[in-house]
Amino acid sequence: MRQFLRRQRYLIDYSLSALARRPGKHLALLLVYTLVVFLLASVMLFTQSLRREAALVLAQSPEIILQRQIAGRHDLMPAEYLDRIGRIRGVSAKYGRLWGYFYDPAVRANYTLMVPPPGSPAHGEPAPGEIVIGAGIARTRGLEPGDYLSLRSARGEPFAFRVAALLPHSTELVSADLMLLGADDFRRFFAFPADRFTDIVLQVRNPREVRKVAEKLSLALPDTRPILREEILRTYDAVFGWRQGLVFVLMGGMVLAFVIFAWDRAAGLSGEERREIGILKSIGWETGDVLRMKFWEGAILSLTAFFLGYLLAYAHVFYFSAALFEPVLKGWAVLYPDFRPIPFVDGIQVATLFFFTVFPYTVATIVPIWRAAVTDPDAVMR
Amino acid sequence: MIELRDVKKVFNQGRGNELWAVRGVTLDLEPRQVTVFTGPSGSGKTTLLSMIGALSRPTSGRIALDGTLLSNLPERFMTQVRRRTFGFVFQRFNLIRGLTVLENVMLPAYPLAPDDGDLRRRARALLAQFGMDAKAGDKVEWLSGGEAQRAAICRALINAPRILIADEPTANLDSALSRELIGLLGELQDLGKTVLVASHDPLVFDSARVSRVVELRDGLLAEDA
Repeated sequence: MRQFLRRQRYLIDYSLSALARRPGKHLALLLVYTLVVFLLASVMLFTQSLRREAALVLAQSPEIILQRQIAGRHDLMPAEYLDRIGRIRGVSAKYGRLWGYFYDPAVRANYTLMVPPPGSPAHGEPAPGEIVIGAGIARTRGLEPGDYLSLRSARGEPFAFRVAALLPHSTELVSADLMLLGADDFRRFFAFPADRFTDIVLQVRNPREVRKVAEKLSLALPDTRPILREEILRTYDAVFGWRQGLVFVLMGGMVLAFVIFAWDRAAGLSGEERREIGILKSIGWETGDVLRMKFWEGAILSLTAFFLGYLLAYAHVFYFSAALFEPVLKGWAVLYPDFRPIPFVDGIQVATLFFFTVFPYTVATIVPIWRAAVTDPDAVMR
Repeated sequence: MIELRDVKKVFNQGRGNELWAVRGVTLDLEPRQVTVFTGPSGSGKTTLLSMIGALSRPTSGRIALDGTLLSNLPERFMTQVRRRTFGFVFQRFNLIRGLTVLENVMLPAYPLAPDDGDLRRRARALLAQFGMDAKAGDKVEWLSGGEAQRAAICRALINAPRILIADEPTANLDSALSRELIGLLGELQDLGKTVLVASHDPLVFDSARVSRVVELRDGLLAEDA
């Protein structure tokens, strides 16, 4: 065992010196390799982070949202519908929600204004004239608790809100653009009718009964549409999956180009490299020793590129909000306040990325080296 | 004892540029002797030495080392025989550029994984023996022809081979260095090594240290003295 390790150390020493002896070629390869890993890892980290965050946050959301529809369009929900729903077995709570969108021309972003549901754990309903805002709005408008935010109401009057608190970072995917305010402020700001809600929310104790409750709602209130939490989660998943797939297809060509580049630069042995293999064999190295040495050379290069690319991608996604991919992967985020994903690394994804970047490179390099290494050293040297 | 029986070597067989380098050589080489293969360029000296040293295989015929047939050995065993038995000094030295003299000398021992300190001591002792200890840390591309030749000899001896094969060892040396080299080869014989040299340099084959001169012409034995 000790001898095995010592032999590997000698081979690694030689591999390192071989890398240092051809700095131009290996630096170029390292640069391209790192770039490929960086781009692929950025897409993977970003979409995975979005999905995870969506799942975490939506897990707290109600099981059913009931919307009224007229001619297939979302309409305001009459308050009397709460009574018409009556008592449905399995429903533990029901209440009307007030929420809407506001376009802020100052920063060209959409905010979601919402009255907190009853019994909201983190922040109760803000006091009149006060708001609680998401981190995205705070960043975009440079607001801190105690500051005032002035917006133009539906009647064209200025409306000054005092920022009472900020929403936590852990909910940023759905709260970045969120502004919580009191029911009276909401109705006054939007000139919202007193006998209407935006929609109705129902909480169901047993998850298996959700579909049954939804069927009952559709029968009782035929002009409404129940939206289930699992449907929202599926939609998020599909949207992010589709975008990730699109980016991967675009990157497919790039990965292919990289494999060709790797084949050409790393495996297409130069005359000098072939001669070096011949020398090593003539002085007593076995074909296996040459292959092991080249394996270490490739491993040092590919692992360096992999870790460097992955670390850069991590910083890009989690510290610089994936600036390169934001428009593609967030899509609707053009009018969305800045969103900073919560750092998260998935082991399976790292393994997948490792397999799709390190494995093709190793195969691309080892085959021609093996062909050179099994030739008689005399022939290689001639 | 090395036995060669009707050894032939042809390059590019069956093609337009087919070349018969060795056309049927039968020869016995005694141990602990300095044997010089001589003859004009293209006479097959280097090819014959490369087959004896298990660097390449004959197209036909047999080569045996102490009764073991080399010509039919699988590649892996060929390498083991080469590593255990032979040390090579090439005409163009074939040192690996970018590495130091010491690293080049230690290189053949890497696959055997000796203790690092022990390997360094052996390599330094060899360099000192050949007057190269002051150059141990220099890159090989900085060496003069004579220094490179001595570094190549040190590398050839690091695994303590029984047989040293040198291909045109004086081709890049002036006459003073050539005489010095012949003296070194003689010293190796005194240490019990078998030395096989390909050379058409009279300084080499006329030397008193040479035990036997084998002349080749057009891939055949012309004279054996």
